[in-house]
Amino acid sequence: MKVLVAVKRVVDYNVKVRPKADGSGVDLANVKMSINPFCEIAVEEAVRLKEKGVATEIVAVTVGAQQSQEQLRTALALGADRAILVSTDETLEPLSIAKCLKAICDAESPDIILMGKQAIDGDNNQTGQMLAALMGIGQATFASELVIDGANASVTREVDGGLQTLTLSLPLIVTADLRLNEPRYASLPNIMKAKKKPLDNTTPADLGVDVTPRVTQLSVELPAERQAGIKVDDVAQLVDKLKNEAKVIS
Amino acid sequence: MSILIVAEHDNSTLNVATLNSVTAAGVIGGDVHILVAGHGCSAVADQAAQVMGVAKVLLADSAAYAHALAENVALLVANLGAGYSHILATSTSNAKNIMPRAAALLDVQAISDISAVVDADTFKRPIYAGNVIATVKSSDAIKVIVVRGTAFDACPAEGGAAAIEAVTGEHDAGKSSFVSEAVAKSDRPELTAAEVVISGGRGMGNGENFALLDGIADKLGAAIGASRAAVDAGFVPNDMQVGQTGKIVAPDLYVAVGISGAIQHLAGMKDSKVIVAINKDEDAPIFSVADYGLVADLFDALPEFEAAL
Ligand SMILES: Cc1cc2nc3c(=O)[nH]c(=O)nc-3n(C[C@H](O)[C@H](O)[C@H](O)COP(=O)(O)OP(=O)(O)OC[C@H]3O[C@@H](n4cnc5c(N)ncnc54)[C@H](O)[C@@H]3O)c2cc1C
Repeated sequence: MKVLVAVKRVVDYNVKVRPKADGSGVDLANVKMSINPFCEIAVEEAVRLKEKGVATEIVAVTVGAQQSQEQLRTALALGADRAILVSTDETLEPLSIAKCLKAICDAESPDIILMGKQAIDGDNNQTGQMLAALMGIGQATFASELVIDGANASVTREVDGGLQTLTLSLPLIVTADLRLNEPRYASLPNIMKAKKKPLDNTTPADLGVDVTPRVTQLSVELPAERQAGIKVDDVAQLVDKLKNEAKVIS
Repeated sequence: MSILIVAEHDNSTLNVATLNSVTAAGVIGGDVHILVAGHGCSAVADQAAQVMGVAKVLLADSAAYAHALAENVALLVANLGAGYSHILATSTSNAKNIMPRAAALLDVQAISDISAVVDADTFKRPIYAGNVIATVKSSDAIKVIVVRGTAFDACPAEGGAAAIEAVTGEHDAGKSSFVSEAVAKSDRPELTAAEVVISGGRGMGNGENFALLDGIADKLGAAIGASRAAVDAGFVPNDMQVGQTGKIVAPDLYVAVGISGAIQHLAGMKDSKVIVAINKDEDAPIFSVADYGLVADLFDALPEFEAAL
């Protein structure tokens, strides 16, 4: 069984980004970049499927600038067998990424496609759902548990009210939520080995995909800042302030 | 312009989250229709018909829609939505699951989590965990939009008298089926709709200690939330997580207890009107967004707080 796992290069989750001075975009100069945390969980799940003997091959794919090779190497170090970079400098939106991934999936015919539920840069939470639509296959989003049983999958999903369990037929798309697993760290020998694993390059044009954006970002700004508050001395003062100053309790 | 809103409901009650999208639709302008897709859900259509400002309710009642499976509902939304200028839904887990799929079927780029409407094709939305707000403009003929519930007030649930029209045509895509649901039953208000929220973090120490929040929540009529760390540690279930990748809340009063205030947590609560933080570390980042900070051990402060209310 072949597993395809899509990963994205994003600003590291510890970085607090700021707008550029002219408000034309987010200032990404000299900012630490990482693999999107949800994608890391997706890679880990793929590796566990292989360790369980369910998966035989893991292909890691990303759509992005040349530097995204680093995140593919991370996926290879974690256990992916080979990687594909769809390289472009165009600003990418979920629909374009989904179309590129669809073209890759058409060629690779994976049985399971694993992705993160959202990327922590655009916070869109769309690409997995869009890819599933384009491929006409089932989607199990926000997954916290995945069990493969022959030609079917049983997936537990994190939903507003709690947990929901679905069964879906393969092939399917699973998007990882935080509690699907806890990703491992890549070992040094595996990082070295990853450098020799195959990494193919292609482009949206080669795949026949038009990635011209439909939604343009006109500007970015800081959100309204909160006024700095005060420290209260004790619980009595806190309750007094809430009743008489903020008037949020009676 | 005409706007189709996909209703959130449980087949018997219209979820108030839907009312936030009706308000957003009002800002965009145009005829507002609500789609109720479900099974045995005519009561929901009746409620939707009374919502102020709604011109028509489309009722798609079929076993295929009973559990809001994305493969089935997205097909319906894409088919019906092709005739509208905008398709909206409030940012629930169902909307996040269904709307991007419907958008891809229509070959349009969806716009997630809008926090303001600038004009009919320009919107504001938080990105990077809410650290910046982007203004984005869509060139697609149909705008598929997920609305951040906390950014738009709920419109009145009554005062309207819309016609209800049955929609026929079954869409069982046959890709997925529902097995079970483990839904926490609680008498407390829903987290995203509550006027007061009290949340516990890793500092709570274990799940039993969350009982310390119960008495306070009872007295304040509050919902109880949690940080990711508290959920990951198994103290409380996932549906209580507040944050960038959990629920977004903006109550009148948010009380953060034993929560450090990571960016990802702040993303889910910093639009609350009044924020209280109780933390024993006076340098905890949560204090930088708190209107009232209490530096204290929560195990002392919580019983005192409950007694003082
Ligand atoms: C991709 C991604 C997504 C994420 N999404 C979310 C999200 O949606 N929501 C979210 O919350 N987090 C999210 N996080 C996690 C986030 O980065 C933090 O790790 C998390 O919020 C920390 O939770 P915490 O504040 O409870 O724990 P900690 O950071 O460990 O803080 C515990 C606090 O409790 C205080 N404390 C301890 N004991 C006591 C006591 N006895 N009395 C008083 N105070 C005490 C400590 O001083 C400390 O400040 C995400 C992270 C990633 C990478």
